[in-house]
Amino acid sequence: MIRWLAGLIGFGLAATSALAAEPALIGVGYLGVAATRSTLSLVEQPAENDGVAGARLAIEDNNTTGKFTGQRFSLEERRIKEGEDVAQAATALAEKNGFIIADLPADALLKVADALRERGTLLFNAGAIDERLREADCRANVIHTAPTRAMLADALGQYLVWKKWSRWLLVVGSHDEDKLFADALRRTATRFGAKIVQERTFEDKGGARRTDSGVTLIQRQMPVFTQQAPAYDVLVVADESEVFGGYLPYRTWDPRPVAGSAGLVPRSWDAAQDQWGAIQMQNRFFKLNSRRMTALDMQAWTAVRMIGEATSRTNSGDVRKVTDFIEGPDFSVAAFKGTRLTLRDWNLQLRQPILLVDGRMVISVSPQEGFLHQVSELDTLGYDRPESKCKLK
Amino acid sequence: MLRMWRVGLFSVLTLAAAPAHAFIAYVSNEKSNTVSVIDTDSWTVTKTIRVGQRPRGIDFTRDGKFVMVAVGDDDTIQVIDAKTQTVVDSLPSGPDPELFAQDAAGKILYVANENDNTVTVIDLEKRARLGDIQVGVEPEGMTISPDGKTLINTSETTNMAHFIDTSSRQIVANVLVDARPRFAEFKHDSSEVWVSSEIGGTVSIIDPRKHEVIGKVTFEIPGLRKEAIQPVGIGMTRDDKTAFIALGPANRIAVVDVATRKVTKYLLVGQRVWHMAFTPDEKYLLTTNGVSNDVSVIDVAAQKVIKTIQVGELPWGVTIAP
Repeated sequence: MIRWLAGLIGFGLAATSALAAEPALIGVGYLGVAATRSTLSLVEQPAENDGVAGARLAIEDNNTTGKFTGQRFSLEERRIKEGEDVAQAATALAEKNGFIIADLPADALLKVADALRERGTLLFNAGAIDERLREADCRANVIHTAPTRAMLADALGQYLVWKKWSRWLLVVGSHDEDKLFADALRRTATRFGAKIVQERTFEDKGGARRTDSGVTLIQRQMPVFTQQAPAYDVLVVADESEVFGGYLPYRTWDPRPVAGSAGLVPRSWDAAQDQWGAIQMQNRFFKLNSRRMTALDMQAWTAVRMIGEATSRTNSGDVRKVTDFIEGPDFSVAAFKGTRLTLRDWNLQLRQPILLVDGRMVISVSPQEGFLHQVSELDTLGYDRPESKCKLK
Repeated sequence: MLRMWRVGLFSVLTLAAAPAHAFIAYVSNEKSNTVSVIDTDSWTVTKTIRVGQRPRGIDFTRDGKFVMVAVGDDDTIQVIDAKTQTVVDSLPSGPDPELFAQDAAGKILYVANENDNTVTVIDLEKRARLGDIQVGVEPEGMTISPDGKTLINTSETTNMAHFIDTSSRQIVANVLVDARPRFAEFKHDSSEVWVSSEIGGTVSIIDPRKHEVIGKVTFEIPGLRKEAIQPVGIGMTRDDKTAFIALGPANRIAVVDVATRKVTKYLLVGQRVWHMAFTPDEKYLLTTNGVSNDVSVIDVAAQKVIKTIQVGELPWGVTIAP
């Protein structure tokens, strides 16, 4: 009997030491919706794995580092179908994963954040650009790697003002998100001294995005829609819903550039971005996913890299420790944007340069030269600390 | 007659090739796909050599006969004959070579391949690939300890300095440093390795025996935001007293007192300063300034910038004939 017991203890010890040599497992969940949205341009149609593909690359990057630090990262993906309970799905995902990357609409994200608050799961908002998630509806357990509408609008506005294209013709779609982006653009114009000479609304009357003879019709509609405008330098379009924005470039009544949701577009990332060592990451991404990297991919990559950065610095996979480090004053992450990215401690928004792209090239990167700030020039983009309505809890 | 003329020409050439105290510097121009040759006597560009795509890491062979330049987008290292100043050969470097280091004898070359997380080992005489060492994500900085036993490689996204035993080609230690480590430099007495972190904005000082960070050099420039301070290239004087650190878009070289690890002076150079090289007599230090497309010449003793030389587009690395 004693012998048997001794044997058991011996076995127990052996098992413990074997476990100690095993790498620490760090589970990351990815929560998104099953449907993909439709875009006007066929080349911009998002892939089914848009976003999660970036997370997957960052898991690989973290695991390469993990070989040296004794940490192993895994990714579990969950897609919500229409009508499914998002809080329930998130809770199930949180069973094995202390960190969850979310690509969800604002309301769903808030439901998830509140459902997981007691568990201590750390959420990364990689998809939603809504201001209110960082302002009145901010949450202490949600870090935002996606930029906000105001950041995107400010990034574009700084460039337009730098270019001295300060008279804007603002064209707004009829959906809620379009109006929110228009709000952000109006705020930008006021902040940086641009003038909106006139606003027009483009009503979405329904209809297919793809038809066999669409071009002929559009070519007649768009000049008519933009004629008789007061003198302006640039047409700024707010059409997040992808109803008409892409039809405007080269078709305006007056020969003017287009910017905003079409033409020159502000984005956190682009397939054409190759500065600051980005080419290596673009190559790695292409090799892994057989397609080019989108802004959503980058926002998810950054979130998973933030986790990897914090686990290697703290030498721990403990969610509390990692969260404290990410939210602490010493945290920064490198993300191929020429500068370290840090968190705004008042609302957990990631500070980041914004690229201005035309679908083929990176035209510029904001903040622009001359837009100064006492803390970080990146805080010239979006709502700054004194304006913030966020109270983290 | 013809013979006499030939002899005459020969002696002129010989004289021209060896003026007193003049050295020849080679600068890789990342965007122009060229290498600029600078004469340090006249401080002028004497020749521009067309090379492969995206030339970055550049170094003389130990015998001074050839210049090796990593042309990343052509996945090779080209070899320039220093006599004829033309590309004569290429090395099997592995994909996207950026920086490399050679052993003291000049026989083995270690190349950082950014695209596939490896360091490639090349036999320089046979021009053959001997093997690969798996390292972290985006290997970049490379240096060898003065005794030749340890190779240091930094990986930019893993944020580590990997210590590799050159005889077994195994990693023996990994030291975490600040974000995006770009360059590593040993003190000549082997007591410390200095590693620059471009995004972290610091230089970590590592004890190569204990494999621990024992100190950090930090930078503060009045009127300049912290994000603009991005240390990359490091040069250390042979007496190990003074280090020069290139601060990228801060457009400055920091002069650091090695003993106290404190910056004593900032020298304003061209825009986005990346790498540097001393003349063999250590009188001058040449720095490559990417955005202003020029090379600054620093008088090392006076700690002053004395000259600026226009080169090709986006000058990246520089090496000077031994």
